[in-house]
Amino acid sequence: MEFPILSLMLAVPLVGAIACLFLGAQSARMVALVATLANLALGVVLWLNYDIGGAQWQFVERAEIFAGFSYALGIDGIALMLIMLSVFLMPICILASWDSITKRVGEYMSAFLLMEVLMIGVFAAQDMFLFYIFFEAGLIPMYLIIGVWGGDNRIYASYKFFLYTLLGSVLMLIAMMWMVNEAGTTDIPTLLNYDFDPQAQTWLWLAFFASFAVKMPMWPVHTWLPDAHVQAPTAGSVILAGVLLKLGGYGFIRFSLPMFPEASAQFTWLVFILSMIAVIYTSLVALVQNDMKKLIAYSSVAHMAIVTAGLFAFNAQGLEGAMMVMLGHGLVSGALFLCVGVIYDRLHTREIARYGGLAINMPKYALFFMLFTMASVGLPGTSNFVGEFLALAGLYKVSTLVTLVCTTGIILGAAYMLYLYRRVAFGEQVNEDAARMPDLNAREWAMLAPIAAAVLWMGVYPESFLAPMRQDIAALEARIARAAPHFDADNVIGTPREHNANYVAAAHGEEGAH
Amino acid sequence: MSYATSFYLTGAEIGLSLAALALLLVAAWTGTKSARIVTILSVAALVGAAIFSMGLFDRAAGEVAGRAYGDLYRADAFGSFAKILIYLAAAAILVVTPRFFTQRASYRAEYPVLMLFNAVGMGMMVSATDLMTLYIGLEMSSLSSYVLASFLKEDSRSSEAGLKYFVLGALASGIILYGVSLVYGFTGSTNYEGIRAAFDAGFSTGALFGVVFVLAGLAFKVSAVPFHMWTPDVYEGAPTPVTAFFATAPKVAAMAMLLRMAMDPFGGEVDSWRQIVIFAALASIVVGALGAIGQQNLKRLLAYSSINNVGFILIGLAAATPAGVAASLTYLAIYVAMVLGSFTALLMLRDPAGNNLETFTDISGLSTKRPALAWALLALMFSLAGIPPLFGFWGKFVVFQAAVQADLVALAAIGIAASVIGAFYYLKFIKVMFFDEPLREIETESPASHWAVLAICVAIISPLGYLLTLPLGDWTAQAAASFVAAM
Repeated sequence: MEFPILSLMLAVPLVGAIACLFLGAQSARMVALVATLANLALGVVLWLNYDIGGAQWQFVERAEIFAGFSYALGIDGIALMLIMLSVFLMPICILASWDSITKRVGEYMSAFLLMEVLMIGVFAAQDMFLFYIFFEAGLIPMYLIIGVWGGDNRIYASYKFFLYTLLGSVLMLIAMMWMVNEAGTTDIPTLLNYDFDPQAQTWLWLAFFASFAVKMPMWPVHTWLPDAHVQAPTAGSVILAGVLLKLGGYGFIRFSLPMFPEASAQFTWLVFILSMIAVIYTSLVALVQNDMKKLIAYSSVAHMAIVTAGLFAFNAQGLEGAMMVMLGHGLVSGALFLCVGVIYDRLHTREIARYGGLAINMPKYALFFMLFTMASVGLPGTSNFVGEFLALAGLYKVSTLVTLVCTTGIILGAAYMLYLYRRVAFGEQVNEDAARMPDLNAREWAMLAPIAAAVLWMGVYPESFLAPMRQDIAALEARIARAAPHFDADNVIGTPREHNANYVAAAHGEEGAH
Repeated sequence: MSYATSFYLTGAEIGLSLAALALLLVAAWTGTKSARIVTILSVAALVGAAIFSMGLFDRAAGEVAGRAYGDLYRADAFGSFAKILIYLAAAAILVVTPRFFTQRASYRAEYPVLMLFNAVGMGMMVSATDLMTLYIGLEMSSLSSYVLASFLKEDSRSSEAGLKYFVLGALASGIILYGVSLVYGFTGSTNYEGIRAAFDAGFSTGALFGVVFVLAGLAFKVSAVPFHMWTPDVYEGAPTPVTAFFATAPKVAAMAMLLRMAMDPFGGEVDSWRQIVIFAALASIVVGALGAIGQQNLKRLLAYSSINNVGFILIGLAAATPAGVAASLTYLAIYVAMVLGSFTALLMLRDPAGNNLETFTDISGLSTKRPALAWALLALMFSLAGIPPLFGFWGKFVVFQAAVQADLVALAAIGIAASVIGAFYYLKFIKVMFFDEPLREIETESPASHWAVLAICVAIISPLGYLLTLPLGDWTAQAAASFVAAM
């Protein structure tokens, strides 16, 4: 048996989480940082040892220690990338909370480390019920993070977050039980190739959709997200936007599409309509926000809508694009929340009007903020451009109308992001206290610089990130090809004209003869 | 079959009866002085009875299928499993009881003796395979329960709880008796096998009335909706350790009795009672959840929570398969650990003067005053809400899986959606403890005995509990197979 690296990646933060509960503030911070950095190192080892083009499922572990389901771990390229995203963001989250969290630090760090265990578990689980346990368990630490360390309206936000996502998930559990009963196995790789009766798929798809649409979040069940984001502490927002929102997209790509291809095709129109509404509507809502975090939260919903539309394009470009948007958005929106956090820590307000002209007194900060703003807009050379371009290109092959609407969303995205940037970083320094704020310190550098590097890397050489996923996405495309839906973008083969355009008709020739 | 075999098979009950009688004499002669030693001996007797039942678990079926006294009583794996739960729960409650009453200077040696008699009755309930044995066991347990509910004589709420429990319990017993008489009248037998054979030969409307009355009476005993009204009042009024007892051991006994009754004598007529059980299950889940939302008193809240949980257990029964019965038993085992832990934690919540705290305002901000206790309660509440990775999820998981396997997908879907309502008030518990500011002074020390019980319960419901799923699955499957024929 090979070295159980995935289990180790679960164990390191778990041990850290338990240790943090019993430690004082400063040592808890150190333990959390060390544990997350160790996991990042393990993640790098994982990526380096991942055999691109090798077996579909690698680092497989299996132990039959439970009744009814098994402890089975293993990853493919898609899961690898999302695990990398999680372990990359985690140390940054710990740094982001270094000074801003002062009460009950041990418990806070413990909750974050627990969150990391559960996220890695979700992406690595190869057993349906093990997946569900990890998927659902994430509610507990997030509920505490929002509820204990959140803003003024944290209790409402924490309840809303918990109950919304719980209600979405429980129906999925019943659907999973039905599937396991039907197929006789809980093994995800086996279920991926099991053909369920198309009639039953409809119901199963809807049950899964209820869960993933809430997690994603798709319009109209996105309303928990702005509340949760605004009230959560900075690091909580980063994890929410960076990784937790990816659970929905991961669910679609891992379960809904390959397990229910016919039903996915059947409901493509629904996904497209919801995505189109989300792109336009939430972008417009973002445009009028006064609260920075709320603005970024709404922009997340709009970006995620491009993910869902790309996923349901049923072709490789769309799927790869969706994955790249997820990775890029994970970095960029996380970074934007960090940027908000940096100035929130100084002035303790998220109101946009309280800032202004920060480029004068915080030039380094303004530079980073500019980079992430541009990345969020989808400037070529940054991560989001690659993903959005691919997703829209894939989408164009299916439906030109949906592409048109989603592309409009990107224009609106440029509008609200640049408007935000102008109000915060440029213009007159109207507020004296904002004008006195010091520029980035070393800790904040250490948080923002790695993300900036990753954003540029992903934008300039996306192949590093696409290569591990290519084979898995090709397999997925082949799996769902039989059900691919057709909208208005099909190439129609017309009847060829009989003659060239410059053909001179015979009669005409006769006429010219005399 | 010899009398020796019969005595051997009923060894746990006989041993407990003898211990109870002996300790009763001790209590009568020495008075309150001996309360402590009587309690310790009672705990020892209960643990001994549990160990004896473990020994019987897979051995009894071999010889005479566990039948004793001409099939009045059956010591099969099912009975043993339920008895182990009952005796251990009763023992654990005796461990955490004395401190509560000593504070009020009203602890007496009769208390553990009553518990022992109660345990004998409960043992008979789960093993009875004859309507007469069943009724005797039921009454023996119920009568001692009425006395326990009003044990705090100076407290009018306790007396009120005892009286309410007595009046409504007697009514339920009457309903059961009426049903029993109808069943006997239409089948000519009080023995489970005889009843089943007679029902298989022909099931008349009159017999159906009998079945419905018996099930209604039993629904009262397990406090399933619509026969749940007594539960919040009795749970709130009774002394906290007694409430903890009502929510665990007698609930297991009544539920096991209901499972055996429904699947053994009435097992051929599943279609005629399934509707009733489905209704009771869903109604219990919804009413239990909605009723709990507005509660300020924690005991009352846990009463509604127990109604809610009974609904989930009934879903296993509605499946009416061996897997369903096994699922219900699994749920019961986990439920006992959760409720026992919750009430133990509740007993540990006292102000510096020693008064028990029992409202939400009292536990506000508990996590800063008593972090360990607050985290234990957090785990228990998330477990009761059925959120993974806590073990409470597994109980819900198995009952819903049994329902899905029995093709009751709609029931499972509605049930699990309604469980989200329940999550709301468990979250409130956590919100009050963790998000709010502390309002009250809270006693900072708790005795080791309480910590021990709490630690065991929390260890079981923690994610470590999943390591128990394999043995638990085996035991419950074996228990269910001992009387439910595979269909």
